[in-house]
Amino acid sequence: MQAALPSVQLGRGSAPSAWGVARLMLERDLRLAFRKASQLVQPLAFFAMVTTLFPLAITPELSRLRHIASGVLWAAALLASLLALEFLFRDDAQDGTLEQYALSGRALTGLLSAKTAAHWLLTGLPLALMAPIAGVALGVPGRALPGILASVTLGTVTLSLLGAIGAALTLGVRRAGALLSLLTLPLAIPVLIFGAHATQLAIRGEPYGAPLTLLAALAVFGMTLAPLAAAAAVRINLE
Amino acid sequence: MSEAMLQVENLHLWRGERHVLRGVGFSVNSGECLQLSGPNGAGKTSLLRTVCGLSYPEGGQIRWRGEDVHRDLPGFHSQMAYLGHEPPLKMELTGRENLHYWVGVRRRFARSELERALERVGGQRWSDRPVRTLSAGQKRRVALAGLLLMAVPLWLLDEPTTNLDVEGQQLVGTLIDEHLAAGGLAMAAVHHPLAVSERGLRRLELGGG
Repeated sequence: MQAALPSVQLGRGSAPSAWGVARLMLERDLRLAFRKASQLVQPLAFFAMVTTLFPLAITPELSRLRHIASGVLWAAALLASLLALEFLFRDDAQDGTLEQYALSGRALTGLLSAKTAAHWLLTGLPLALMAPIAGVALGVPGRALPGILASVTLGTVTLSLLGAIGAALTLGVRRAGALLSLLTLPLAIPVLIFGAHATQLAIRGEPYGAPLTLLAALAVFGMTLAPLAAAAAVRINLE
Repeated sequence: MSEAMLQVENLHLWRGERHVLRGVGFSVNSGECLQLSGPNGAGKTSLLRTVCGLSYPEGGQIRWRGEDVHRDLPGFHSQMAYLGHEPPLKMELTGRENLHYWVGVRRRFARSELERALERVGGQRWSDRPVRTLSAGQKRRVALAGLLLMAVPLWLLDEPTTNLDVEGQQLVGTLIDEHLAAGGLAMAAVHHPLAVSERGLRRLELGGG
């Protein structure tokens, strides 16, 4: 009987491309997420609850709600995405799969980028799609909805990336939730400021291009540097 | 005499206040299996984790094919496989899916190769079940299939026979023997001697402390 013979001269040629690896990682995380959907629903439910509680607690008057809508939407989105961060690398670290990826000979930065992308697709994007709906409930006029969608989309990208650094740094900590929030929240403040500002301008019907561009710049900045920082933090925590 | 494939010299590792590895040195060549033994806390796992580059030693050198592994860790990693205490599997995925994602980032393999590896460890029947529903021994067998699929020369195994039945322990010995015969090399931390043929077997006893 022939086993899968270990070829001692393992050719680099048989290795999948960097894109192939990223796709595999993305596919794996999406599949895993749908097998335990409760983790997926939790931040979204939180977002929906917070945004519906405000009209009940303050006033059902749409003209007044409209003034606070940008703040409500953004504070809720920020907290909801923090809620989801804890799960980003934790499961993989606990069952030893993260260690295997660190030892795979593939760039950890690429693997973590793919994981962060999956995380954004599962939490950031649904939040961005929900934000305009919540906006309508808060009396936001229809013309402002594209602005809300765009700003929350860009903002959650940066939040996921910042969160990746925080989650990687707190891997070794039991009950990391509080520490993770403490680490990530101050860094997330610029996103909150520019995001809420863009939304505010959109609601008033003024051009919101400037804060949106800044949000995009933050996202690009995060994309280039956050995976490097996260990979370094993961390596320290695996030691 | 040419240098061995894997050469470890005068390794020192500290864990906080504890001097875990005190000047450990050995060499392993193609066709050889180094069996690490010693009491709990002797540093078997630490040694394996240091050799595979997860821990940085305070002193000493690890050379693979004559070159310090820390100069090209990704290159070294692509030629070795490390199996820790627990099989690195996702509970929600099936055995086949686990292998697809775990080994898939390292190398492309055909469906038939996957089936052959599973057949080798006796896991073809239950590998479409979520790993959560498998027994500890079956999980270990899935991990062994992953080891075969990686097709790398160097195996670093931490307690590879844990949770396996008598036949499974024999299987680990046979797999290592075949790996050695194909020119591979292995290092295994064990509490019970491996069922590996004497020819390629070398032993290293780590002291307590």
